Amino acid sequence: MSSETLYDKIWDLHRVRELTGGSTQLFVGLHLIHEVTSPQAFSALEEKGLSVHSPDRTIATVDHIVPTTNQARPFADPLAEQMLQTLESNCKKSGIELFNLGSGYQGIVHVIAPEAGLTQPGMTVACGDSHTSTHGAFGAIAFGIGTSQVRDILASQTLTMKKLKVRRIFFDGELQKGVFAKDLILHVIQKLGVKDGVGFAYEFAGPAIKKLSMEERMTICNMAIEGGARCGYINPDQVTFDYLKGRRYSPKGANWDLAIKWWESLCSNESAIYDDEIKFNASEIAPTVTWGITPGQSIAINSTIPNPASLDPGEQQIALEAYQYMDLSPDRSIEGLPIDVCFIGSCTNGRLSDLQIAAKIAKGKKVAQGVKAFVVPGSEKVAQEAEAEGLDEIFRNAGFEWRKPGCSMCLAMNPDKLENDQISASSSNRNFKGRQGSSKGRTLLMSPAMVAAAAISGCVIDVRKLFC
Amino acid sequence: MCDRCQKTLLLKALLTNLKLMNKVPLFPTGPIHKVEGTCIYLTGNDIDTDRIIPARFLKCISFDDLGKSVFADDRIEQKGLHPFDQIKNQKSSILLVDKNFGCGSSREHAPQALMRWGIRAIIGQSFAEIFYGNCLSIGIPCASISESCIKSLTKAIEFKPELLFTLDIDLEQIICEHQSWPLKIELGMREMLLSGKWDATTNLLQEKEQINRIKNSIPYINDFN
Ligand code: SF4
Repeated sequence: MSSETLYDKIWDLHRVRELTGGSTQLFVGLHLIHEVTSPQAFSALEEKGLSVHSPDRTIATVDHIVPTTNQARPFADPLAEQMLQTLESNCKKSGIELFNLGSGYQGIVHVIAPEAGLTQPGMTVACGDSHTSTHGAFGAIAFGIGTSQVRDILASQTLTMKKLKVRRIFFDGELQKGVFAKDLILHVIQKLGVKDGVGFAYEFAGPAIKKLSMEERMTICNMAIEGGARCGYINPDQVTFDYLKGRRYSPKGANWDLAIKWWESLCSNESAIYDDEIKFNASEIAPTVTWGITPGQSIAINSTIPNPASLDPGEQQIALEAYQYMDLSPDRSIEGLPIDVCFIGSCTNGRLSDLQIAAKIAKGKKVAQGVKAFVVPGSEKVAQEAEAEGLDEIFRNAGFEWRKPGCSMCLAMNPDKLENDQISASSSNRNFKGRQGSSKGRTLLMSPAMVAAAAISGCVIDVRKLFC
Repeated sequence: MCDRCQKTLLLKALLTNLKLMNKVPLFPTGPIHKVEGTCIYLTGNDIDTDRIIPARFLKCISFDDLGKSVFADDRIEQKGLHPFDQIKNQKSSILLVDKNFGCGSSREHAPQALMRWGIRAIIGQSFAEIFYGNCLSIGIPCASISESCIKSLTKAIEFKPELLFTLDIDLEQIICEHQSWPLKIELGMREMLLSGKWDATTNLLQEKEQINRIKNSIPYINDFN
């Protein structure tokens, strides 16, 4: 059993009591809600005659269903409008702050909380969305929950949870030029598989992680869940503190020093015990692209789609399903595969630095003929900052559409969808069958730089070839 | 009260009763010891929540209509041959699956859709963690079974689809007329189901004072907020 890790320390601090059956009642320090997984929870609360326990520890935003072209109210889609109205009235009734459209703070829930300084080291963060693991980048225990747990947290600010084991994933070396945080996490999931993390929290550590910015760290923790780990986290350090300084909800004045002192005390001790440890060398990682229907089915850009014979027996069936669905054959290379749609955005890679790197590649070039390419900033703030730098112009001039913030084609609950069996190069996090809005649609996950490069080339290409 | 009013009132009462009648046996409540019914087998590993309920059906503010859209895309693709479309399975309440069932998103829409279709228990080789928790929280037991047992179990239902089974939570077994198969139901899940504590909200609120004590002791809420 792990001890003295950041996970253990935060867990102990938030433990309310042990419940029968080996579960713990855990206090949630920050509860983030959005329009898709909260309405049923609010109705359940009402049915039980309960009110919201800690509106002061709850923040709402709207992201999944918002259109990214015209956000004028009422929305063209009456169902989407109804969802937002329900959220608005639930928040109003319960005294919960809503980062609504046009407020300057709206955006994807996992983008807006960190950028507002809401997510801080030492917290327990929960949200009805599995990519809540993102917030672990700050040294928090952050995890996705289902609607009934949203209801539990609204009612009691606590939930029932089993303590996870802790696996440290240690990265030596340094990412090479043209290789990004997204490649690192895709590589990890490819090597460990999509199930290996079940029952674990992942601690990402080592010199390669220390060198990453907060936005890159968020990309890594974001996809911990795709490796089966419900939480991923990184110990807070100077990079974390520098990022948080001066943000809207960050501690101010004398409180700031108190906060840093406490945050530093939370880090995993040198003598910490882990349930498992794995090592990687970051310098050996190449740009990585998924070719199949799970995030674990990926390859380095310069290698070929695996042959079933080379796979674990347990992986073979899903590989066969993937060849068929993706219309790809084993042993072929993924480079050169023509694509139809390019999507830059999502809570994995829709932050300012993601757009900056994509813009650098798109600058002065043109999107290949027949390719539809669009950029969806992760939040209103990201959009403002990108526009202030002229990134929107660069993208537009290159033939990309510049959209309004939201989840968009990450899960296609709004009008942004693939059609038929189109192939998308996507900076998001899931390539499941039908994920991007068409039951035959095909998704290749990759870094935003690789997506931009694919848009320009009209096919999957090693971004390092465009860099020089 | 005039005649008409009385009639309307009567009608209203009748309707509520009907609604209640429909509602009460519909979803799990209280302690759960057994789940009875026929079985439906869905083959395949890593069936994710997006397949169980494609994202386009999530645009709803209540779960009520999700049942009919469960596995929508797979069912379209299989043109009536999908297990959830086959006539022999229409009344099934025990779902048999393979490995890592329910991987993917944390949305409770997936177990809700299954429950609203009619599923009351799931037996499989393994489950994705969040899905597993979500099932428990709406009173759907998830029991694990070995590969060899699932093979012989599915053989039995293939031979006789109308075979009635009892999933016994306490005994950790699935039983039919002449045969039984061992299951594994995690101690935690078993206790929660048997005691009715799977309905977490009520349970969690029992220690309100302790919750507030913890809240008042957390540094980022009290010391430097
Ligand atoms: S961007 Fe995608 S993964 Fe992220 S919160 Fe939105 S739908 Fe979920």
